[in-house]
Amino acid sequence: MSNKDAYWEKTKNHMFVTLALWAFFSLVVFMFGSELNTMSFLGYPLAYYMTAQGSLLAFVIILFWTANKQEKIDEEHGFSERGDN
Amino acid sequence: MFKGDFIKNLPKIYGTYTGGFLVFIILMAIAEQAGVSAKNIGVMFVAFTVCIYALIGYLSRTINVDAYYVAGRQVPTVFNGMATAADWMSGASFVALAGGVYFGGYTYMAFLVGWTGGYVLVATLMAPYLRKFGCYTVPDFIGTRYGGNLVRACSVFVLFIASFTYVTAQINATGTIASRALGIPFEAGVWVGLVSILICSMLGGMRAVTWTQVAQYIVLIIAYLIPVFWISSNVGGGIFPHLMLGDEVARLGELEQQFGLVKNSAADMKAAGVPGGLKYISGSHSGVPEGGMAVWKYLSLAICMMVGTASLPHILMRYFTTPSVRAARKSVAWSLFFIFLLYSSAPMLATLSKLALMDPNLPTGIIGKSISEVQSIEWVQRWSEVKQVFIADFNGDGILQLNEWFMRGDVVVLATPEVAGLPFVISGLVFAGGMAAAMSTADGLVLAISNALSHDIYYKIIDPKADTAKRLLVARVLLVIIGAAGAYIASFRLTSILGSVAWAFDFAMSGLFFPLVLGVWWKRATRQGAIAGIIAGIVSGTLYLTWVFPKFSVPMWGGVNTPFLGIDHLRFGLIGAPICLVVMVVVSLMTKEPSPSVQKMVDDTRIPTGKPILGKQ
Repeated sequence: MSNKDAYWEKTKNHMFVTLALWAFFSLVVFMFGSELNTMSFLGYPLAYYMTAQGSLLAFVIILFWTANKQEKIDEEHGFSERGDN
Repeated sequence: MFKGDFIKNLPKIYGTYTGGFLVFIILMAIAEQAGVSAKNIGVMFVAFTVCIYALIGYLSRTINVDAYYVAGRQVPTVFNGMATAADWMSGASFVALAGGVYFGGYTYMAFLVGWTGGYVLVATLMAPYLRKFGCYTVPDFIGTRYGGNLVRACSVFVLFIASFTYVTAQINATGTIASRALGIPFEAGVWVGLVSILICSMLGGMRAVTWTQVAQYIVLIIAYLIPVFWISSNVGGGIFPHLMLGDEVARLGELEQQFGLVKNSAADMKAAGVPGGLKYISGSHSGVPEGGMAVWKYLSLAICMMVGTASLPHILMRYFTTPSVRAARKSVAWSLFFIFLLYSSAPMLATLSKLALMDPNLPTGIIGKSISEVQSIEWVQRWSEVKQVFIADFNGDGILQLNEWFMRGDVVVLATPEVAGLPFVISGLVFAGGMAAAMSTADGLVLAISNALSHDIYYKIIDPKADTAKRLLVARVLLVIIGAAGAYIASFRLTSILGSVAWAFDFAMSGLFFPLVLGVWWKRATRQGAIAGIIAGIVSGTLYLTWVFPKFSVPMWGGVNTPFLGIDHLRFGLIGAPICLVVMVVVSLMTKEPSPSVQKMVDDTRIPTGKPILGKQ
């Protein structure tokens, strides 16, 4: 397998991991809205907290994490643009 | 004052600007104390900020194609994040979002998740690859990847429908805010808004829009956050509402029990003469509605908004302006961070505003008091005059019940500062913020449409030999025409702000999402597949919208139809996008696979380093 193919394989897997996290915080959590709302976080009912703030924050963190991870993959395969910023 | 490179000086320039704006707010506060009227303060806020944007727009004028279309591809990560956040957060986000949460509670907040979660799709599936491609517009990518004028024209068509439905709502919002702040009729406000929008974008294209959007973000976020924190400490919510409103949310639950959530019949509301567009609280604030259908309604709305976000051209094209692929990825993260600052505050503002009106223990509470007493309150009188609030005593007991208090959603943001006893300078600030939010989105949209028409239709299809001067002239003329057409339609007030905003997402996801994603992620996708997919997606989605939306279905289909699987007019992308996918895959597999040169182009798109596919055009 060429370096390019190996790079794309890793990038693809990374994409699937990111989308799995995304689906968890955007969809799975809210499939169990009424169950989660019986628990509380910071004094808020949990499902209310997630839709008002929690999932939003999770997306921000996922995005910074995923960008950093992808940069590492770039570097490993010599496709990093470090320096031309 | 600023030596050297403009880009290197950006933190200093915008730091000075932010400081200057804060000083202006303080001056206005002093002016208020000195007896300047509330109306004049509102006028000064809007006029001052709009003049600054116009100045930035003028200073960013350009005759360079690269600067006009993609801001010279040199916008630093964090600044592009701010510009995207302003581009994204529309007049509806600023003015109507908290109101939506106020009336809709948990169910409505599917919009919050949808309008933020979509950025994960943008970052993983689209932005870095489109940046590497080096295109000027979204149809530029589709036209080059699949090859041919027909597919290019199809994608321009979808872009036009999606962005144009969105832009009329934005110009409508600038008109509303300009008319209220300046005290002029709505129709005149629309044209004032349009002129401000054009001054910011016409001379400098993307470059001017970028730098005004950064300035607009700073104004809008200050204007949103100051009142939230201030109101919170005024009504006893604590100094950091985001972490401290647990008790208030619980208290709202108690009050809902105490007052009862009653549904008014349509006949009663008609008899009482409730003005159109005004709503009352009939659902729980934090409670999750029971049942599978309720869960599906939440999820389906969130899915439409997320996928739509990842297909909206005016957002995707912001990531064409970064210096590198890596900067494009980081920039998406920063965008969402800046959006998060406002979106996470909207539910807090809704909670505080609701509590201020509902809690009889607070001096601001009105529910449960006698109607004559409430009608003598100054802000109630002022907002009643302009038909933004309304009282209907259904049971005739002279006491204001929860279901007897009607209000327009916008009032939550625009009037809560007054209700909570903040000085008027804050209301003036809120007007300036709303204006910034609506203008920045309208700028981005008008530019997305006119760039696609001038680059993809005029330059690529009609006159490929046109020189730079002619191309930029056409781009500017189209910008004025599109803006004027949007303002003309907006001045008729055809749609409510939010209905049409959601439609833009559904149109975009029906026709653009899969052609964009598969263009990068599936080499086998062919031109014929893309053309068939775009047409099938947008046509089926639009037909379904006409079938499910009563205003269209009665004349076109002869009656009102029950939504299929709960997919109503806000969610019609769930019909269009899957059809687009299936048709695109089937037709692609039936046609000959793309040529080796196209496959190599896709390979190169996937790798951050190396030359862009499209160089300087």
